[in-house]
Amino acid sequence: MDTAFAISQSDKRPMYLQIMEAIKQRIAVGDWMEGQAIPSIRQLAVDLQVSVITVKRAYLELEREGIIVTQHGKVSRVASTPGIGARLREQELAQHLEQAMRIAAQLGIAPGELEERLREAGDRIAEKETI
Amino acid sequence: MTDLAIDLSGVGKTYRFFTLENIDLKVPEGEIMGLIGPNGAGKSTTIRILMGLVHQDCGEVRVLGHRMPAGQIAAKCDIGFASEDMRLYEAMTVGWHMNFAKSIYPNWDGQYAQVLLKRFGLRAEQKIKGLSHGQRVKAALLLVFARKPKLLVLDEPTTGLDPVARHEVLRELTNVMADEGRSILFSSHNTQDVEQISDRITFIDRGRIIDSMDKELYLERWRRLRLEVPHGVALPALPGIIGIRQEGRIAVATANAFVPGLPNAYEETGVKVQRVETMTLEEIFVANVERSREEVEA
Repeated sequence: MDTAFAISQSDKRPMYLQIMEAIKQRIAVGDWMEGQAIPSIRQLAVDLQVSVITVKRAYLELEREGIIVTQHGKVSRVASTPGIGARLREQELAQHLEQAMRIAAQLGIAPGELEERLREAGDRIAEKETI
Repeated sequence: MTDLAIDLSGVGKTYRFFTLENIDLKVPEGEIMGLIGPNGAGKSTTIRILMGLVHQDCGEVRVLGHRMPAGQIAAKCDIGFASEDMRLYEAMTVGWHMNFAKSIYPNWDGQYAQVLLKRFGLRAEQKIKGLSHGQRVKAALLLVFARKPKLLVLDEPTTGLDPVARHEVLRELTNVMADEGRSILFSSHNTQDVEQISDRITFIDRGRIIDSMDKELYLERWRRLRLEVPHGVALPALPGIIGIRQEGRIAVATANAFVPGLPNAYEETGVKVQRVETMTLEEIFVANVERSREEVEA
């Protein structure tokens, strides 16, 4: 297996979260398709050089989120939900937007003003791209 | 229920200046156990007892089903043991040692030994006396790994290794895990190694086991909470908090029994929770030892 999956030691998040993130990314970009078998827990642990228990935790959380399914405690697959990759990308956007809302609330910025800021951010990006 | 590769119950050993007390240590087959603790905590003594090298005063020791120290000869066929104070023959070459190990252990994997030789940057014709400390450690580990034992017991396997060699050793340890029937117990001062590859963690301090459990559960119990304490509000004493440092209106609380409701409990007393952070094993290690030192002084 490729090492594009590698765990970062400078990333402060727990390793199981990093593994979840990496798997979600693979599904989001379409490397891993709906219903496709993914590495076993033990295999991924060996590939990533992390403990079995850590990968197991990541898989359990992903099962709870309905992103993967594990049959008979052995083979794990990407859930057969149609368009799961797009759904994951959608989720990521939703999380960023919620985070923006939270920070705005802390700074006392009203939702209307936040909308305005978002449009401005869009304009800035468009400007940079035309340069 | 899974078989236990290592099973210590109520093990004790008294020396003049050090006592190992009531050690319960279980390593299920197929798992990696990381043993951590400060210098002189009792890690090596525990390892020597389970290898039958030191006889316990009391308690039961079973390794791969064999009672120790009585069954140590039978047990050692299937155990690969390496420790810092292990000596190889100075005048002999690495290759001589490999042939020697091969003549003793029927499971010796000559091909794998050659692979390890390359990965560890060693040469068969090198004499031990010409090797650096790190190279000696690697040679000793090679001799143990190539036997493919059911149980690896390694006392500080990564100490004194350069980052590349350390990485190689960790890689070999996790490769072992591809086989569900093999188990590892290793001690280390490098908490990062332990955090990365252990399934379970056992924390020893001053001759006693402080914690021994599933690594993910263990990390999950510890949190650092960054708090803002408004004027006129006193920081409450909440359960699960083992340490608080406060400077002005900012406080940092360390929890060793974190529950999701803890931030709310603070908020209800008027304290603002700015952030809840996970902790690395290194940070937990320090917090744990500091706390137990304070208890002694108190």
